[in-house]
Amino acid sequence: MYGGRDQPESCGLRGARVRGMIRRSLGTMVIYGTALLSACLLLGLLVGRAIGWMVGVEANIGGVGLAMLALILCCDRLQAAKLMRPPTEQGIQFWSSVYIPVVVAMAASQNVFAALSGGAVAVVAGVLSVAACFALVPVIGRIGSKEAGKDTAAE
Amino acid sequence: MSFTEAMEGVLAKYSLITAFAAVGGLVWISYVLSAKLTRGRLHGSAIAILLGLALAWIGGALTEGKKGIADISFLAGVGMMGGAMFRDLAIVATAFGVRMEEFRKAGLGGAIALLAGVTVSFAVGALVAFAFGYRDAVSLTTIGGGAATYIVGPVTGGAIGASSEVMALSVAAGLVKSILVMTMTPFIARRIGLDNPRSAMVFGGLMGTTSGVAGGLAATDPKLVPYGAMTATFYTGIGCLLGPSLIFIVIRALV
Repeated sequence: MYGGRDQPESCGLRGARVRGMIRRSLGTMVIYGTALLSACLLLGLLVGRAIGWMVGVEANIGGVGLAMLALILCCDRLQAAKLMRPPTEQGIQFWSSVYIPVVVAMAASQNVFAALSGGAVAVVAGVLSVAACFALVPVIGRIGSKEAGKDTAAE
Repeated sequence: MSFTEAMEGVLAKYSLITAFAAVGGLVWISYVLSAKLTRGRLHGSAIAILLGLALAWIGGALTEGKKGIADISFLAGVGMMGGAMFRDLAIVATAFGVRMEEFRKAGLGGAIALLAGVTVSFAVGALVAFAFGYRDAVSLTTIGGGAATYIVGPVTGGAIGASSEVMALSVAAGLVKSILVMTMTPFIARRIGLDNPRSAMVFGGLMGTTSGVAGGLAATDPKLVPYGAMTATFYTGIGCLLGPSLIFIVIRALV
């Protein structure tokens, strides 16, 4: 009755006009995509840090993961509302496509020297923990797939 | 001011731009090497990461700094380009176009992997430290934390009062782990079934090192990056949460 999102018919004309306006204004710039991506990252980092602060930890708990969820949800919504235009997408895709060079730069700025001269304890501890975790991937992967199988069977 | 100093000044002032050009060149060389020398068997990005690590070692050996090649003044921008800010932005961007259901399907496996990964890494690290003669719970827990990630180690050590020598060891252990995950993942990916979103999420949860997972998956199959990164991002936080509390108490009770 008050023209909420569920009753478009009661304010059809105005709603359509506002949506049209938003659509026209949002479709034109690459920066909107990058801004959305940045906003999602910041939101995730803030929430992740807040969770860390609340449990008394000097670290960010899941910030980047939460940011990814936020981006997926936002893009879903925008696509459903047909507000996601090619320039906006380019503003996100650029950053996704420079991922590998960024990772290469990350590798080149690691403290490799310290890692290799840290002493036998460090090297052995690192090697064995990687070996143990590699070995666990198929084991836990199986647990996960069994559960997923059950879920699909239930549906 | 000599001519080289003048030229270096320009590169240093525009260091991020220098980094874009330098890293672009490095990536290009790597992809050419991949195609010509290995006929594409070893992925270009894997070679690029290996070369990057080699350069980082050279940078560390030349300058005795902590940031690899980025400690050479005109290449400082590499540190910014590969730093947490750009890395996290790029990781989040890889989630664009990923479907929500994929995450939901792998949710439980990912969560189990996280707890298993943190526990196993602490246990292995502490056992190795024990084998090398460490007997006090503080040092054992701190080195165990380093075997989780190079952030969990010093955060745990700081919270329970470890010596700076042990903290440095734990950072080194974490760095060894991150480098190994970056370089070894493409080689063992097939053997551990790392070829689908679900196993990538388990992989991210077990390994936990964001840089290792980011690099390892990029060199294996870039499509898997968002899934591995998603779970890995919870690892360090959970490690920092459990390390100085539950895990420290358990280790103290054992020794």
